[in-house]
Amino acid sequence: MKSGREPFRFVTASYLIRICGHRAVNLREFAAALRVCPDASIFHHTFQSLERHHYASFSNDFAQWVLASCNEPALAERLAAIDIRDCTSIAVLRNSLEGAVQAYLERHPVSPDHAVSQPFYFCESLEFTEQRNEEARTLAELAEGIGRISLQTLHHHFINSRLRLHLETNDFSHWIRNSLEQPELAGKLDRIDIYMNTLDGLRQEILRTLESWVRR
Amino acid sequence: MSEAMSAVAVPAPPGIAEYAAVVGESEIGALRVFARQLQGRRVQMVNSTAVGGGVAEILNRLVPLLGDLGMATRWEVLKGGEQFFAVTKGFHNALHGAPYQGNADWFDIFVATNEENRRHLTFDDEFVVIHDPQPVALVNARDGARGKWVWRCHIDLSHPAQEVWEFLHPFVERYDAAVFSSPAFSQRLGIPQYLVYPTIDPLSDKNRELEPEFVHAVLERFGIDPQRPILTQVSRFDRLKDPLGVIQAYKMVRKHIDCQLVLAGGGASDDPEGETVLNEVNSAAQGDPDIHILNLPPWSHLEINALQRASTVVIQKSLREGFGLTVAEALWKRKPVVASAVGGIPTQVIHKLTGMLVHSIEGTAYQIRFLLSNPSIARKLGENGREHVKENLLITHNLKRYLMLLLALQGRK
Repeated sequence: MKSGREPFRFVTASYLIRICGHRAVNLREFAAALRVCPDASIFHHTFQSLERHHYASFSNDFAQWVLASCNEPALAERLAAIDIRDCTSIAVLRNSLEGAVQAYLERHPVSPDHAVSQPFYFCESLEFTEQRNEEARTLAELAEGIGRISLQTLHHHFINSRLRLHLETNDFSHWIRNSLEQPELAGKLDRIDIYMNTLDGLRQEILRTLESWVRR
Repeated sequence: MSEAMSAVAVPAPPGIAEYAAVVGESEIGALRVFARQLQGRRVQMVNSTAVGGGVAEILNRLVPLLGDLGMATRWEVLKGGEQFFAVTKGFHNALHGAPYQGNADWFDIFVATNEENRRHLTFDDEFVVIHDPQPVALVNARDGARGKWVWRCHIDLSHPAQEVWEFLHPFVERYDAAVFSSPAFSQRLGIPQYLVYPTIDPLSDKNRELEPEFVHAVLERFGIDPQRPILTQVSRFDRLKDPLGVIQAYKMVRKHIDCQLVLAGGGASDDPEGETVLNEVNSAAQGDPDIHILNLPPWSHLEINALQRASTVVIQKSLREGFGLTVAEALWKRKPVVASAVGGIPTQVIHKLTGMLVHSIEGTAYQIRFLLSNPSIARKLGENGREHVKENLLITHNLKRYLMLLLALQGRK
């Protein structure tokens, strides 16, 4: 089995949520806060919340709040449908979110001051990582390691990594593409839909994809 | 031991390794990795009661587990007289949005009791975590102390009576960080604010699996019929838990469905109103043999566990709530829950997905009728609820968040 030029190094990751202080009690304030909240807050509410939304209608906090608290399902669908693969930075993602809200408000002038049942509170995640004494040199070793890591560590390597890698890929694909030189497999992992899976579901799908290549 | 404070001796709970059976080896491994960076650090926890209520329950488990992870952790309880706890109960109600009915003396009594406790304490640990408003003024001791101070607020501060909050605010600003159970409870503060959910312990007597025979024996002991639906609310006898509203909702349900109501709870040593409320509840229940008012001692964890497991529907009809961990306890036991959309409850009950959120007595009755009439939906809500707690609301999550908080205070972030 082919070995990578460099080993893949697993870390252990965990998160602490900081309450930012921005809050919105209607869509107008929401649009304003989207413009000024920290990048980490945009990322937190679009990616970090994934693990909490197994049962909710939408997998990002913004869409879920617009549906549940503002009762504006059309806007909620727009926000949920923003394809993060089209976004190469948080700035682009922020513009997409803000643009969707602004466009909606222009078409629905009654909505901006419509009272909501719960305000939206902007938060951000602080990430903590520790290097593990664990490396993978082959696909089989990578799969074995992915099977052992905690869900928050999976989140770090597969989801949070998008921020480090400018939203284009994840740690596993990055290593497979650059060190193992298997761009096709890297692309397959990139295409796994992070919004339609639980974290545990994501782990299973990554492992299924890797194992089908290991058996080749 | 000091004259004012009392140190709490915590019985040895299961070790951290035993939780792997519930959350997996990888989660325990992650805890150990982060704890290594805090080895040898000492943590001091201070609250106002050793028994009764969610905070004491959390500390009972958290303190030894932090020790097991290598951080010597001591827990001390603020001592105060009847007058002090009447004041802090008044503060508590006012911070939850009730009109403030105290006077200027109350502030003096509050500060004097904190000062008396402060004089008898040492604060030389690396981290000091002060829980809730009662001991908040102990922060005056930090002038000579070297540690990092955290104010861990467990109560719903979303609509505080301004007079009380303005009094407490300057004390809070002297901390290094504040921790809330929901972003909705956060305030305009000049210090960092973090979100940490309270959690339950799946291996505690309150939550561990029980033999069906034990559950039946508990029902028999309290005269509860296992053949008919059982509606249960577990909470202190406190007006903010609205036990009278629960009785009204039960009476509405009874017009349609034969069922029983269990109101199970006890008092906390820092709650002087418990007995009055219990008397009101007994009066409201008079003449109905299917209402079971169980005033249980604080060590009745197995009985509470059995009552929750025997319940058909669990209710938490609070008017205000810090977090309402009895909801998580019921969800962990796969029970369909009908609960008020207040405080931290919406974090636990996602409407129609992990339970039913309600806003009135009528709504409570309606959703109970719905769940009693649709057992397959009730079962599905219970299953979802169990997963939700497993992923977010177990004590191992709380431990990890505490570790991250201490690392953040230590300068890692």
